[in-house]
Amino acid sequence: MSLVFYLFAALTLAGGLAAVLLKNTIHCALALTVAFAGLALLFLDLDAQFAGFAQILVYIGAVAILVVFAILLTRSSETPKDGVYSKNWLAGLAIAAGVFAVLAWAVLQSAGGLPQGAAATPAVTVLQIGNALLGRYVLPLEIVALLLTAAMIGAVIVAMHEKERAQR
Amino acid sequence: MVERMDQVFVLFAHWLVGFLPAGWQPVAAVLLSVVVIICLFPALFALTTVLERKGLGRIQNRIGPNRTGPFGILQPVADGIKSLTKEDIVPLSADAVVHFLAPLVLVVTVFMGFAVLPMGRGMVLADIDAGLLFFFAMGASTELSVFMAGWSSRNKYSLLGAMRAVAQMISYEVPLLMSSVAVVMITGSLSLSRIVEAQNHYTWGLPHWYIFTPWGLAGFVMYAIAATAETNRSPFDLPEGESELVAGYHTEYSGFKFALFFLGEYLAMFSISGLGTTLFLGGWSAPFSFLGWVPSWIWFFSKLMLSICVFIWLRGTLPRLRQDQLMNFAWKFVLPMTLLNLMVAALWRFLGDGWERWVICSAILLLAYLAMGWLGMRQGHIGPRRYRYAD
Amino acid sequence: MSQATPLAGCLLVAALLFSIGLAGALTRRNAILVLIGIELMLNAANLNLIAFWRYGPHPEALTGMMFAIFSIAVAAAEAAVGLGLVIQVHRHARSTDLDAMNRMKG
Repeated sequence: MSLVFYLFAALTLAGGLAAVLLKNTIHCALALTVAFAGLALLFLDLDAQFAGFAQILVYIGAVAILVVFAILLTRSSETPKDGVYSKNWLAGLAIAAGVFAVLAWAVLQSAGGLPQGAAATPAVTVLQIGNALLGRYVLPLEIVALLLTAAMIGAVIVAMHEKERAQR
Repeated sequence: MVERMDQVFVLFAHWLVGFLPAGWQPVAAVLLSVVVIICLFPALFALTTVLERKGLGRIQNRIGPNRTGPFGILQPVADGIKSLTKEDIVPLSADAVVHFLAPLVLVVTVFMGFAVLPMGRGMVLADIDAGLLFFFAMGASTELSVFMAGWSSRNKYSLLGAMRAVAQMISYEVPLLMSSVAVVMITGSLSLSRIVEAQNHYTWGLPHWYIFTPWGLAGFVMYAIAATAETNRSPFDLPEGESELVAGYHTEYSGFKFALFFLGEYLAMFSISGLGTTLFLGGWSAPFSFLGWVPSWIWFFSKLMLSICVFIWLRGTLPRLRQDQLMNFAWKFVLPMTLLNLMVAALWRFLGDGWERWVICSAILLLAYLAMGWLGMRQGHIGPRRYRYAD
Repeated sequence: MSQATPLAGCLLVAALLFSIGLAGALTRRNAILVLIGIELMLNAANLNLIAFWRYGPHPEALTGMMFAIFSIAVAAAEAAVGLGLVIQVHRHARSTDLDAMNRMKG
């Protein structure tokens, strides 16, 4: 596990922590973007180039901007007077800590059974990904296309201003 | 000799890097290319600012800058000194960290886009297999810096300009990608150097550039429209229109940060023109086979400067589009045309060689253009004015 | 850590990111921050998938990478619809405070 991996992991975790701890919502959204960038770098470190670039394009180029627009449209960038954490924050924290404890225990227990060492770098070309998408994974591809269309239409309908019953 | 001229930069880089021990050589080669890009494109930017101001001046029947140096050539030097010595004003209520980071993010992501452009035969910094995807990923990240600039200034004009700019950039992102996907489909690869090599063949002296095919011409036109909108250039420059929003999202920036925004905008124009020449105009390949002796990098940069001149021409000639006209145009005209273009490109591939495919593809595209144009130009009946108040 | 394999490192990072996202989703008041937490959780799962793809037995089958790519697409769709809902709720209730919206009565 090289220095580069530690650096990227630290960047991602710092971004994630900032995203849930900061008071100003827009700063949270920007910290989320840093976390996305850190994750894209981790994907590139793991030789998943297509996934890394797709992560940047989709998450930073679209989802982050969507989050930011939603924050602006709901006026959440003004700091609320009641504080930013809910009443039962301790329970939430405890649950999250419990989940982390279970997952970490599972990983460390089975560290012996996991594949050892670094395997040879898989040479993945975009051609192979394309062939796989239209070969073995064509059904998920079509379903995701349908899902994205439905989501787009649904989001527009949900968020649209209702047409006023105009006085004709 | 022709070979040497063509590869002169590559050979020079090899010679320079050869002085270092073998372990350091790959890193040094990459660093050398990075330094060259960082020095070359801002120099080109300086030249372009003079070209733009003189060109716009002539279009508008006036002389551009002519005081600094012969024909105003030293104007960028004067501009540089001005921007470096102006006071850097940050508004009191502005978010200092985000305000500082916005121009940096813009310039960094725009520079990253240059890494995959093949500027000559064998002169690409990073020959990534998914090169086009990398370029678009970097382009998508520039939108975030526009928003950061607008929001951190705590100024309603900046915020409005930023939201308009981001909405425009997102809307035109889709036609930009879709028109490039037609090229990818025909070439069979996302790697930009492969795309240029696929266009580097000649029939009877004429090149196989994609712009000389029906779907390529339509795709190039739509790519050019989307590129003009992506870089917020006229006629799509409402987000930074001086008469509308003071200066849009960079109202509260002064001095060097404003110069960085200016630099970022022009560099984005260069990189998107560079991609357009790579995808549609054949990149570094010569227009006629008998001109193959001219070095490949000269062809790339001439095509790049030609695209810049067309951008400047458009800016001086066309009036500005209103925000809703621009968004309607993107979603209701350009996007369906790009999807149709994709299908026509597929049809082109499967009809096989011959004159039929030219006729059929051109006919489909022309009919679709006329039909959609007629549909869009019909005046809808104008009803009573409806008011919508802010929440 | 008994054996610090690269895979175990990636999995621990993903688990930590997941729990950070879960903590954010459970403790913040603003609905949008809950969605941010959900995005972090989805990203942690993607990291897990890519890590297992890279260090697993058959990387040439591309299963992990495909799964991650589909997950990215689905997460984008979910973010869009979720944020649309938050915007519509804000229009109705004039706030995004989840502690205040604990009844179905409009």
